[in-house]
Amino acid sequence: MKTYLLPSIKITVILLVLLAGLYPLAISAIGKFTPGQGDGETITYKGRVVGYANIGQKFTKDEYFNSRPSAVDYNAAGSAGSNKGPTNPDYLKDVEKRITEFMKHNPGIKRSDIPAELVTASGSGLDPDLSPAGAQVQIARIAHVRGITADQVNNIITDNTEKPLWGIFGPAKVNVLKLNIALDELKKN
Amino acid sequence: MNTEYSGIILMYAASVALAIPLGKYIAKVFNGEKTWLNFMAPLERLIFKLSGIDTNKEMNWKQHLKALLTINCLWLFYTFFCLLKQSHLPLNPDGNPDQTPDLAFNTAISFITNTNLQDYSGETGATYYTQLFVFTFLHFVSAATGFAAMMVVFRAMKDKVTDKLGNFWDYFLKSITRVLLPISIVVAVILAFNGTPTSYKGKDTFISMQGDTVHVSRGPAAAMIAIKQVGTNGGGWFGANSAHPLENPNYLTNIVENISIILLPIALVFALGFYLNKKKLAWVIFGVMTTGFLILAYTSINAEVGGSPAMAHLGVSQPGGAMEGKEVRFGAAASAFWGVCTTVTSNGSVNAMHDSMMPMSGVAQMFDMMINAFYGGVGVGYLNFYIFIIIAVFISGLMVGRTPEFMGRKIEAREMKIASLIALLHPFLILVTTAIASYILVHFPTMNWAEKPSAWLNNPGFHGFSEILYQFTSSSANNGSGYEGLGDNSIFWNVSAGVVMFLGRFLPIIGPVAIAGILANKKFVPESAGTLKTDTGTFGVMILAVIIIVAALSFFPALTLGPIAEHFSLK
Repeated sequence: MKTYLLPSIKITVILLVLLAGLYPLAISAIGKFTPGQGDGETITYKGRVVGYANIGQKFTKDEYFNSRPSAVDYNAAGSAGSNKGPTNPDYLKDVEKRITEFMKHNPGIKRSDIPAELVTASGSGLDPDLSPAGAQVQIARIAHVRGITADQVNNIITDNTEKPLWGIFGPAKVNVLKLNIALDELKKN
Repeated sequence: MNTEYSGIILMYAASVALAIPLGKYIAKVFNGEKTWLNFMAPLERLIFKLSGIDTNKEMNWKQHLKALLTINCLWLFYTFFCLLKQSHLPLNPDGNPDQTPDLAFNTAISFITNTNLQDYSGETGATYYTQLFVFTFLHFVSAATGFAAMMVVFRAMKDKVTDKLGNFWDYFLKSITRVLLPISIVVAVILAFNGTPTSYKGKDTFISMQGDTVHVSRGPAAAMIAIKQVGTNGGGWFGANSAHPLENPNYLTNIVENISIILLPIALVFALGFYLNKKKLAWVIFGVMTTGFLILAYTSINAEVGGSPAMAHLGVSQPGGAMEGKEVRFGAAASAFWGVCTTVTSNGSVNAMHDSMMPMSGVAQMFDMMINAFYGGVGVGYLNFYIFIIIAVFISGLMVGRTPEFMGRKIEAREMKIASLIALLHPFLILVTTAIASYILVHFPTMNWAEKPSAWLNNPGFHGFSEILYQFTSSSANNGSGYEGLGDNSIFWNVSAGVVMFLGRFLPIIGPVAIAGILANKKFVPESAGTLKTDTGTFGVMILAVIIIVAALSFFPALTLGPIAEHFSLK
């Protein structure tokens, strides 16, 4: 055993320095040159940080594009999904409640117009995005509450839609925070 | 064409396209040929010198196992005490507390065994010290352990009669300096430039547009996430793993991380072919693995993209498929594809919550882990497959009346005993523990434990049973993904899963290494007309049949009670 224990201890110490010390430090040094300098990319509006570009935040007011339901109430220091199974009856009741709530806030919208993402929780509880359809279904409400035209709201969605990667890989999406900043910008003009 | 499907095709095609040259490169490294990373040689020599290791001393299979087990025991103690006392160690900007003894026990075994089942949540249950000096470190060395064990088996297949099977330390260190570290650096840099944090600053706070105060966990995550994928570890920085928008910020990082998950497991199959100069055998193995992989991937993608019947019943539209537990930026197809990649390779990282996926995805994911050899984990995937090969050789030998031989060695009773025991260990560990947990849950739901058994499950009915089955399957397969609704941070789960992970890791390493070592010492029988050819399509079909019979017969009843029953009850 001793034949192996001593080399084990020594190589462990050396690899701790190399793999847990130097390697992350080197990546951290490179990270200084990235957008956000490795601290995570923030978005500033009217001179203050209003959020992280990649981290979703809670939007429940009618004047904003609402973000998806979150199992952790958009707690960015404790990410998690709901982990509800597809046949769980309590879960399906919750979804039904969300559908009713959505239709109450968005009169004139039919059930079959609501994309599932708006009534289901994301995996992280911090999903920053919606699909374009998930934003479009909210146009009428936002236009009504803000007293602007549906076209204006629709333009904001079009302007902020991120196409699939290189045009051909993965789904299209819109960042909810960016949409809502664009909405507030509109009011200012 | 649908952009979600094209994304998947790209990920798979790129993985195979990169795996072939990588396999060739790995074979060169371990054959002692020159490669462009030879500038690492002085560093390696320095490390060996400082550690007092002479790599010219070749070891037999027993010495290899002694070295492997000694260093793993050392890490076990180191890790356990670090986690137990993490709040007193440096690098704890968020002020997170110590882990409880049972949680530290589970976490220590989990990371040493390359499982990375996480009963804690990264944001609150670990410090930057333990994330880096325990988890990141173990991500490297546990993968290197599997790698080294696999190299012993490769070497044993290569040489004629010998008990000299190379040097453990040499395999171990070179797999880090020549393979794991260089690939990790590339992946980490890509992640960093796409928004994954790299700095050592603790939590940040901001006020959201609606006026909520939000705390944001951060940290030097990119370095850890890279090796978490490359080393088929899977233990993430944040609680939500690669579903977290900082851990996996966009579709490009999703492609890179997903390729990293299956890259090395596929490359090692080709490495075998190049190393032994038996490319046809490698293609047969690759063919068997790929057949299994594609069938399971199709099953899961089909289920997720189709959406949930229960949601359809509620009347909402599902243009993006089933979305509970999924992120919009990845979509249903890439989430399902990842789910299968991560379970076939014993990786266990997730980009969507498996607990909320469709029952047929559950069947696919659990089946992946029950077989645990369709590509498989770094090193250990091939070791598991090796057991299936030995059994297939023996059975087909009996069927056609030829002496069972593999690579010029006779397979006899002793090797078959070991192979059978290892093949039976996996179903034994999974099914017995699932039965015990189910029994406790049904008969003692209100037992006076800190967490009552009645509070274990997050979902009732068939799905609840699946949560138990998945947990032990994942533990025994050293996968580490979970149906995370399970209340697994309690003494019963921490301890039972810990024991299962430990046995599920080391016995399946010891078994194949022993078989290979024994075979290498046997008389070499040159190939003749009477030899059963192992590098043919027919033999590939035979291996697949053995895998399906061994796995399906043992696991089918349990799967029927869980996800299959749920599937038929889902309307």
